[in-house]
Amino acid sequence: MKLKQLEGLLGSLEQFSHPKIELEQYPTGHHIASRMLFSAENSFGDIGDKVVADFGCGCGTLGLAAALLGAEHVIGVDIDVESLAVASANAEDLEVDMEFVQCDVRNFGWRGQIIDTVVMNPPFGTRRKGADMDFLSVALKVASQAVYSLHKTSTRDYVKRTVLRDYNASSAEVICELRYDVPKLYKFHKKKEVDIAVDLWRFVPK
Amino acid sequence: MKLLTHNMLSSNIKGVTNGFPLKIEAEKIIERPVEINPVFLKNMFAKLEWKPLVEASRTMGFSELPEDVPDMSVLDSDEFLQKFHHALLEIHLEEGALVCPETGRKFPVQKGIPNMMLHEDEV
Ligand SMILES: C[S@@+](CC[C@H](N)C(=O)[O-])C[C@H]1O[C@@H](n2cnc3c(N)ncnc32)[C@H](O)[C@@H]1O
Repeated sequence: MKLKQLEGLLGSLEQFSHPKIELEQYPTGHHIASRMLFSAENSFGDIGDKVVADFGCGCGTLGLAAALLGAEHVIGVDIDVESLAVASANAEDLEVDMEFVQCDVRNFGWRGQIIDTVVMNPPFGTRRKGADMDFLSVALKVASQAVYSLHKTSTRDYVKRTVLRDYNASSAEVICELRYDVPKLYKFHKKKEVDIAVDLWRFVPK
Repeated sequence: MKLLTHNMLSSNIKGVTNGFPLKIEAEKIIERPVEINPVFLKNMFAKLEWKPLVEASRTMGFSELPEDVPDMSVLDSDEFLQKFHHALLEIHLEEGALVCPETGRKFPVQKGIPNMMLHEDEV
């Protein structure tokens, strides 16, 4: 599938209609989401024929992109059942298969080495401090091949140090720096928060 | 929920030492055909827990998988791959529950989505 085609399909997806502030529910725009998954597949071969998990999948954008790029089995995990219902309808519209589990990522129970790749856009931790790092810690335990994630550029040094020292990562690489326009969903968003610098990371677990 | 997902989900309740495999209570089962991918199946075969898959598929009304872990050589048989593929990826638990093997706690499955949320005192 071509990048443009992927971006177009992701642009047609339904997104949060009543975003929940405390869960940091804002979608990954189709521009960023398509490039994130496209490079995971075309530069690293981490998607096609793989088992992929989407942590905090929301309305499913990242996981569905993985499915469109040929992932064999995709599991979306989110704490919010309303978002999962939207994600499930999105999967049906695209006529792709995606599995869903309602769960707090921090308490995700799994066994074995089945999941190859985790893709995620975790809460940045502006509402609950450390939320982004909690996601990373679990993702690096679950994935056997790679973890793709978005984090604020302002946390770059901290993220790198922490994953290498404490989270079982053997490598941590910023693939690119992006402008993320968090849509002005919430009244309390000051203007400066609307457009923030975000890193796309690729982590490899030990 | 497909049985491949079942084969990796585990109960994570505080104090539970072996939350796998979750027992299936099936109320509604659906089947959806998907294209077979032999390379993927061969790769999965090595990572799966065989007995839980056999048991789960039997609960879901499909009893054609061999009881004991088959030898790798079965992966050359198209007939075996078909059955393995069907059990792993085509049978869905649509409504029912997953039951923690240690505590008996039920995790409901609705519209194909298992609810694995823990209560406060289970974390
Ligand atoms: C920034 S949004 C990203 C949504 C979606 N992945 C996307 O890319 O459009 C973060 C998501 O994480 C979910 N979430 C927040 N805290 C969570 C937790 N502890 N466990 C699971 N999901 C959580 C929210 O419901 C929300 O859908």
